[in-house]
Amino acid sequence: MNIRRTLATARRVLLQLRSDPRTVAMLLLVPCLLIVLLKYAFDGRQEVFDSLGAPLLGIFPMVVMFLVTAVATLRERTTGTLERLLTMPLGRLDLLLGYALAFGLVALLQGLLAFGLTVGLLGLDIAGPSWALLAVAVADGLLGMALGLFVSAFAATEFQAVQFMPAFLLPQLLLCGLFTPRDTMAGWLHAVSDVLPLSYAVDAMNRLTSEAGFGGAVAVDLVVVLGCTLLALGLGAVTLRRRTA
Amino acid sequence: MMNSSPAVDVRALCVVRGGRPVLQRIDLTVARGSVTGLLGPSGCGKTTLLRSVVGVQRIESGEVRVLGLPAGSPALRNRVGYVTQAPSVYADLSVLANLRYFAEVLGAPRTDPDRVLDEVGLSPHAKDLVGRLSGGQRARVSLAAALLGAPELLVLDEPTVGLDPVLRQELWQLFHRLAAGGATLLVSSHVMDEAARCTALLLMREGRLLAHDTPQALLDATGAADIEGAFLSLVADADTDAHAEAHMDARADEDAEAASEGTR
Repeated sequence: MNIRRTLATARRVLLQLRSDPRTVAMLLLVPCLLIVLLKYAFDGRQEVFDSLGAPLLGIFPMVVMFLVTAVATLRERTTGTLERLLTMPLGRLDLLLGYALAFGLVALLQGLLAFGLTVGLLGLDIAGPSWALLAVAVADGLLGMALGLFVSAFAATEFQAVQFMPAFLLPQLLLCGLFTPRDTMAGWLHAVSDVLPLSYAVDAMNRLTSEAGFGGAVAVDLVVVLGCTLLALGLGAVTLRRRTA
Repeated sequence: MMNSSPAVDVRALCVVRGGRPVLQRIDLTVARGSVTGLLGPSGCGKTTLLRSVVGVQRIESGEVRVLGLPAGSPALRNRVGYVTQAPSVYADLSVLANLRYFAEVLGAPRTDPDRVLDEVGLSPHAKDLVGRLSGGQRARVSLAAALLGAPELLVLDEPTVGLDPVLRQELWQLFHRLAAGGATLLVSSHVMDEAARCTALLLMREGRLLAHDTPQALLDATGAADIEGAFLSLVADADTDAHAEAHMDARADEDAEAASEGTR
């Protein structure tokens, strides 16, 4: 690992994003727009918004980051720049951490915007501390980014990469406890949901919604989400092979 | 700096892709300071051979040594420059931003991006987005990136495809300038008339090396008027040999089977 090369890679990825302002705008604004829609879909029923706002504040950024990262890294593979980089003295981790830094910064910005909107303008009322809400939202964005990096290794085309969203994220969304509490699921479904990272993201948000203070359980959930992020990055590094068939 | 060992030394290299042999027992050397042309029809295995030299190709058997080290060694990563057939640069960055990034990865001097831009004649386009350039200009950005850090060996996969004759000539002049400066160049092409510009030639067909000599020696040996004629004459010879040794050659076996079926 080499700091200079990692930072150079992060700067390059951000420069690439800058030349595509529409993508940047959608990255930052789409989650905000969805949250506004949520608020007014439950017209005036603040208690529904209060119970759903926090989990969705975690889920929307994750989905958006997943898609953008999966396509960006796939593009690196298909245009031959990845092959060029791997013939150069660039470590696989340098590349992945460079991506993680650049998109992590975007996730942070996105989280700040969505958080400011939800808590500041739309008046989301939760029992837990609002800084914890922000922390979990950003962690969810990072998780989406790391999963996107990882699954892009299994996609040969951009069509496939985009399809990984419904294939990889929607099952997690169904089982994460948003639609039906995880405790009430059949035993085997509950077991499956126990190994899916989104379950922990939503658990953390639900706890922050209903419990005062920053409890140990929230901390554990947050650690699990960050652990899955690191695991996905590590697995992503394994899928980058210098020699291919 | 000059070293008597060859820049590239390939022994009994076999590569299988998708269950099909793509390279069959290739033996060759590339002399230091040479401009060696790798010529052969499209699909004959040129790219696979170049990928093996750069160390990104998974090989079945054999040995590939580059600048005295096994191909793909970490120590070679800033001593070998590689240009893939399709330009491998970022379309959504400017020409200069591309070169600055690759220079940083290589640890090349800060002045290198400007130097290589000048060498490929793209200085006026430094600020342009690569995605807005023509195909030929994009190919030259890709080439410029490989020149960063002044590598000792340059492996170029069809670098002159789609370029106009004036530009092609300029690039070949650049290749010879680099060779005069001590670099070794291995350049593939499927255009036979580029052969005359090389100091050594490797002729390939269907995963095998047909010949390895200087352009003049090839013409003398075959009595052909140009390299295309020499190639055809070598192919005819190789086919005759293959049929004579049918039991040793799977492909010739198939041919023989097809022939016997035809007589039934």
